[in-house]
Amino acid sequence: MAKYETILLTNMGQPGYTGSIKEYEQAGGYQALRKVLKDMQPNQVIEEVKKSGLRGRGGAGFPTGVKWGFIPKDHPGPRYLCCNADESEPGTFKDRQLMERDPHQMLEGMAITCFAIGAETAYVYIRGEFRLGAKILEQAVQEANAAGYLGQNVLGSGRTIKIFVHAGAGAYICGEETALLESLEGKRGMPRFKPPFPATHGLYQKPTVVNNVETMANIPHIINRGGEWFSKIGSPPKSCGTRVFCLSGHVKRPGNYEVPMGIPFREFIYDVGGGMRSDKPLKAFIPGGASAPFLTPDHLDVKMDFEAVAMAGSMLGSGGVTVMEEGTSMVWAALRLMEFFYHESCGKCTPCREGSSWLAQTLQRIWNKQGREGDLDLLDDLCRNIAGRTVCAFGEAEVGPIQSSLKYFRHEYEALIREAEATRPRHKEIPVLSR
Amino acid sequence: MLLAKFRDEVEDILSRYPVKRSALLPLLNLAQREEGFVSEPAMRDIAKVLDLTPPQVFETVTFYTMFNLKPIGRFHLQVCKSLMCALVGSDDVVTWISKKLNITPGQTTSDKTFTLSVVECLGSCGTGPMMQVNDDYYEQLTEEKVGRVLDDLARDGTCPLKSGPYMYPLPLGKS
Repeated sequence: MAKYETILLTNMGQPGYTGSIKEYEQAGGYQALRKVLKDMQPNQVIEEVKKSGLRGRGGAGFPTGVKWGFIPKDHPGPRYLCCNADESEPGTFKDRQLMERDPHQMLEGMAITCFAIGAETAYVYIRGEFRLGAKILEQAVQEANAAGYLGQNVLGSGRTIKIFVHAGAGAYICGEETALLESLEGKRGMPRFKPPFPATHGLYQKPTVVNNVETMANIPHIINRGGEWFSKIGSPPKSCGTRVFCLSGHVKRPGNYEVPMGIPFREFIYDVGGGMRSDKPLKAFIPGGASAPFLTPDHLDVKMDFEAVAMAGSMLGSGGVTVMEEGTSMVWAALRLMEFFYHESCGKCTPCREGSSWLAQTLQRIWNKQGREGDLDLLDDLCRNIAGRTVCAFGEAEVGPIQSSLKYFRHEYEALIREAEATRPRHKEIPVLSR
Repeated sequence: MLLAKFRDEVEDILSRYPVKRSALLPLLNLAQREEGFVSEPAMRDIAKVLDLTPPQVFETVTFYTMFNLKPIGRFHLQVCKSLMCALVGSDDVVTWISKKLNITPGQTTSDKTFTLSVVECLGSCGTGPMMQVNDDYYEQLTEEKVGRVLDDLARDGTCPLKSGPYMYPLPLGKS
């Protein structure tokens, strides 16, 4: 099983590792921050990260170094770094492990990022439900402050790097970067229209970088071992490095596994995850969190990298792989996901706000065997009119599961609707009144 | 005044942000932790501290699902029902709890000890089915485990089965 070299989970993979600052230092922690402050210029750090080919691990997969490069160099005012720890994509639970088991790894990455983009203040926006994670992070920040890795005059360099933990309060949409900024400003977490992008008008309208926890955790390793080393791992040139994939659903060994990008799903599900939990075969799987369209057994040989999954008609997203066995109703699965999206739609854009409720209700009707003949056309029509017509990517996300299940499992919908039509009581002829 | 009681904590929270309104969610979290829900006096209090109008506070509160606007039971049982947990049996968990406590989702037991809610993904998909009780996660639930958690909570106010720092699967060589 330990076939691949891990990067992020190496420390916590040691039995007994608690993630305290002492243990992190013993494992070589905070050396990258020392190196950066002593020998490097902010530009060199950005170049190194660009060279590494690291792409954001939150879902969109934007190249991290390029994102940092967008921060205007000549801006006089404060700049901010926000670490996106609002992990709420169903199927994803990697950030929770990275924060709770090795908090200093991501804090060091954040400190280096602050240096690279010239930010003095950084916030970790952690989802409100992760109380334990927030506690652990706050304690880790205190430890790092006491040890001089954070706070004023970091390691004698004269730089100030302050990190604060900010807990959200249960809203999926706050994982969208501009919604996160709104929420951090104490408002309703509704996404902003882009452009302007956060790189120029972010938190408090100041230049801001928003990066995922796993992205941050990768930074110290890239500085220590070089961008070139990182760029050779995984599936270069587009998908470099390892990724912590989360496996859930009907498998023998669910959990977080760090593997190089580019291995086929078949290997991940059957070798790493131990295969299906019972003798029922695989029916469908979600490759990258709830927002990613379903894939079928035909796609098991698709490589787990950004491009290959996109070519297969889905997305690698946040890396949450969910497996469903034969016998799972795909209408039910789509409905469960749709109920989630209906609940979490922020309500800013009409197509998403109204559309999600129509989609949820129509699916409910079909699942409860009350579907009507035109319902599938209605679903198609609704999906077409939501995706791409909203401020953020939530619109695409919510129609993904429905469109893909309609594509691959249309017969299941049709069977349910046929059953409804067959059992529906015949309506009486409505008499036409004549004057 | 609720916030007067936590003057140091409020000062600490306010010092973190260049703009006062940013402290809104942390202060609401503080208020809810103290009272179990966000009361109207608390919202007015917070509005005063942050130089906001009470409606500005209210409009923000209503956006976030974690804030309760009404008093709830001492323990808030939140069972995740999103697809990943549902695949491994979260609906059974709701049934077990309903049967044991004789309440349906949204209801509170008559002794005001437990409130049952069914919620969306809590970020614990690999170890489902799961529920959150106040600040703690309980994962890989079975009927027996749910029973023990509820008994322990009602009797001792805490339960040793709650999850620690998350790691799954655990490294080899450690149980």
